[in-house]
Amino acid sequence: MDWSAINPILLLASLMVAATPIILASVGELIVERAGVLNLGVEGMMITGAVCGFIVAVNSGSPWLGFIGAAVGGAILSLLFGFLTQFLLSNQVATGLALTLFGLGLSALMGQSYVGIKAPEFADWHIPLLGDIPVLGPILFQHDPMVYVGLGLVAAVWAFLKFSRAGLILRAVGENHEAAHALGYHVVRVRMLAIMFGGACAGLGGAYLSLVRVPQWTEGMTAGAGWIALAIVVFASWKPLRLLLGAYLFGGVTVLQLNLQAAGMAIPVEYLSMSPYLATIAVLVIMRAGRAPGSLGQSFHASR
Amino acid sequence: MTMKTILAGATIAASLSTTAFADDPTKVGFVYVGPVGDGGWTYEHDQGRLAVEEAFGDAVETVYVENVPEGADAERVLQQMALGGADLIFTTSFGYMDPTINVAEKFPDVMFEHATGYKMADNVSVYSARFYEGRAVQGHIAGQMTESNVIGYIGSFPIPEVIRGINSAYIHAKAVNPDVEFKIVWAYTWFDPAKEAEAATVLIEQGADVILQHTDSTAPQAAAQAAGNVVTFGQASDMAEFGPFPRVSSIIDNWAPYYIARTQAVIDGTWESTNTWDGIGAGMVGIGEITDAVPAEVKASAEALRDSLASGEYHAFTGPLNKQDGTAWLAEGETADDGTLAGMNFYVEGLTGEIPQ
Amino acid sequence: MITLEKRSQPSRVWAFAAPVMAVVLTMLCGGLLFAALGKSPVETIRTIFFDPLFSEFAWFYRPQLLIKGAPLVLIAIGLSFGFRAGIWNIGAEGQYIVGAICGAAVGLAFYPTESIFIFPLMIVAGILGGTLWALIPGILKVKFDTNEILVSLMLVYVAEQLLASMALGALRNPDGMGFPGSRNLAKYDSASSWISENAGMHWGVVLAFVAVIFAYVTLSRHLFGFQVRLAGQSPRAARFGGVNPQALVLICMAISGGLAGAAGLFEVAGPAGQISIDFNVGYGFTAIIVAFLGRLHPIGILLAAGLMALTYIGGEIAQSNLGLPGAAIQLMQGMLLFFLLMVDVLSNYRLRLGKKAIV
Repeated sequence: MDWSAINPILLLASLMVAATPIILASVGELIVERAGVLNLGVEGMMITGAVCGFIVAVNSGSPWLGFIGAAVGGAILSLLFGFLTQFLLSNQVATGLALTLFGLGLSALMGQSYVGIKAPEFADWHIPLLGDIPVLGPILFQHDPMVYVGLGLVAAVWAFLKFSRAGLILRAVGENHEAAHALGYHVVRVRMLAIMFGGACAGLGGAYLSLVRVPQWTEGMTAGAGWIALAIVVFASWKPLRLLLGAYLFGGVTVLQLNLQAAGMAIPVEYLSMSPYLATIAVLVIMRAGRAPGSLGQSFHASR
Repeated sequence: MTMKTILAGATIAASLSTTAFADDPTKVGFVYVGPVGDGGWTYEHDQGRLAVEEAFGDAVETVYVENVPEGADAERVLQQMALGGADLIFTTSFGYMDPTINVAEKFPDVMFEHATGYKMADNVSVYSARFYEGRAVQGHIAGQMTESNVIGYIGSFPIPEVIRGINSAYIHAKAVNPDVEFKIVWAYTWFDPAKEAEAATVLIEQGADVILQHTDSTAPQAAAQAAGNVVTFGQASDMAEFGPFPRVSSIIDNWAPYYIARTQAVIDGTWESTNTWDGIGAGMVGIGEITDAVPAEVKASAEALRDSLASGEYHAFTGPLNKQDGTAWLAEGETADDGTLAGMNFYVEGLTGEIPQ
Repeated sequence: MITLEKRSQPSRVWAFAAPVMAVVLTMLCGGLLFAALGKSPVETIRTIFFDPLFSEFAWFYRPQLLIKGAPLVLIAIGLSFGFRAGIWNIGAEGQYIVGAICGAAVGLAFYPTESIFIFPLMIVAGILGGTLWALIPGILKVKFDTNEILVSLMLVYVAEQLLASMALGALRNPDGMGFPGSRNLAKYDSASSWISENAGMHWGVVLAFVAVIFAYVTLSRHLFGFQVRLAGQSPRAARFGGVNPQALVLICMAISGGLAGAAGLFEVAGPAGQISIDFNVGYGFTAIIVAFLGRLHPIGILLAAGLMALTYIGGEIAQSNLGLPGAAIQLMQGMLLFFLLMVDVLSNYRLRLGKKAIV
């Protein structure tokens, strides 16, 4: 095989792009879970975002409006989950799975007349000066704007959780909702906002696929990306910066195995394709992932 | 009344007279493995179904069920269609083979058509397309378009259908460009846009400036477009929205002529169990418009190749050809037999790497 | 302002009335959806919910309900133990796949010998395969305190790749002209799980009913059932009550994995017939929903699985008879699940008007 065929600069650059949809979706889910809610419907919200974003972008001609539409679409769908789990106290695991089913059906119906159309162009940024730095330039500073939106969101979520009072309340609600309630915080309100943020982010992630990555609408196009986003949140032990690590690991192993194949290394592909998942399990064992938010997945009812 | 409407009226009358009972339309069923909105494999089959509706009007009623998993679910859907009065049922995925045979046994009066399989019965025909003919044209263009002499190939699963395509493309690329090299990546999926985009990007990074794909999404096209100087070909559907560059041509699945002919055969009562493997000639494999991004002389020779494949005067697998390990396969002038092609599990000489097992 | 007040005891009336209400609500909203798509709502609803049971072809559809429902029941029953105890195995899909691979491998190894011992051996292999696959997240949880939700989910993707590898490699039918997929086990007498194909009876259906009874007895009469319930309600009390939490994790994972593996084996040896790349069709995930819809109660699970199977089969009829897009069926199934989860609140809580609470 020919190792020289693999160009590490290009590999890292494409990794930045490949990881973006899962970073977007998982940073939203991270906030949801830090608020003590487990929403397994990420895949459903992603695909709904993908179709909403596509429809808006095609009709308005603006990818930016498309991304806004996707965020709104994802957030609206997540409201359904929020209403059921927060007000009607339904089981979060089952409701999340139902949300995925619902989202897949809804998106397919909405997108029926949008098959085979191309999304409006969404150009890469070549950031002046920074983009010209050798090695780092191509890796970091020559991507489309959403790559930076994703990274910015991660940084914002990190700062929000670490420094802001609202972030503190959110964490308190997630750690122990009884205590947070006793302190006078509005548990359900905080959680509803978190759930909507999660929906909006998942929508953005989906739209990144339909507007940038593919860029076209086809049924079922997220093809399991939402599940990977869920996995990465746990992998990151609910810490925003580790989230990046997780997303790059997942994307990285896939990109690497494709690279090895293209370089002519004769390895059974199925076992290579398994490797990101096995690697995650291994890392989980080694890192002894941090503790989950205390109230994760439990319903909260004030009069209890 | 104008001449045109009179003629139209006459045609309708003629078509009505060919059906035994105008008020009892022939019912044609379609079972799809994916959603009709997949923009690829299932989408094209559904275009075929719509063409049947168009062609026969009220004389034919079509029904379909999409997203049918292979196995038990397929068997139930088939049986339910047969019970529902279908006269002819097209099952459009390889995995429907055993279910089709099983249900056909129970309904001897219903005609079945199974795509891409090999098991036949008195009321089960099989049909497939010689996509490798299209791959030959692709290879011919690709071999001349590449400047890096590296052609990337995104395979779905290592099955005969895909291997045949790789061999055919390679043979014809090599014929016009002896220095050409193929880099093959197996995605292990028919449809996963994110993964396909990654596969295309990887191939481009490793020097490929032509990407051939045997997966159905447009993600590789977008990746090529982003790279700027990479040539692609549409797969399954035309993907014309990515023309004139990077998409310079395409292989189109065109099931309409076959579906119309077989429906007509059922209406006429002349349907027989057949094994159809049609290519460019019969129109089952379409070569999408070759754009002006391709030099005129390459375009002309590609069209000549297409036409000679269509007329049957040239076979895409014509000797002398050796297998990858150097053993002789086809002698000078000898052409491959359909049996070998159907079960093809080897690379031809010159391709590197192994077929994963 | 409407508030919820917890009932001291779940309402028995609502336990029965709520699901009926959910189905009626689905019919109403689904009807609106179908009307918006230009179909007759009454006809569509009738096709989906009644035709499989009472139409002219019900003799065909009723057995199909058994075939479609059996794997859901088997898997959901297994999951319900863990879910009650707060152990979240959401990787049943992977255990289902591995069970099918192991069971099929045993059967294929004996091909074409005929013997009555082959099928029992396959069952053992299938159950063992599923159990071992489920024990991976179980053991990792016990030894390293890893999150079982994540590990079991990861192992689904690993199992899917393994399945592709088997269908293309080791288990590929040598007479299959190079196509992927194994020999057809349903056509190999000693390995077939069919009892009567026309009646929809295979050994998986039988075992599903046995599992329901077994689970019912265990949960209501047996010490283990008590421990499971205790662990779910109050982990601390359970520890004082002599429950070994680590053993409980392993046992619950083993039960759910074993039953999921068995479901996979019966499916591959009967209705599906062969190992193929796309052998798994999501039973493992649907079963999670079924388990909750059935309120983790064996009889509830049986009914929930029946209802899910009904909408699958009715949905297919509606697609082919009425030209309804598959997505509309999916959407309606989603609606049904939402309504079922929504009205569930009524059996545990009372609605009260007035009295503003902090939310």
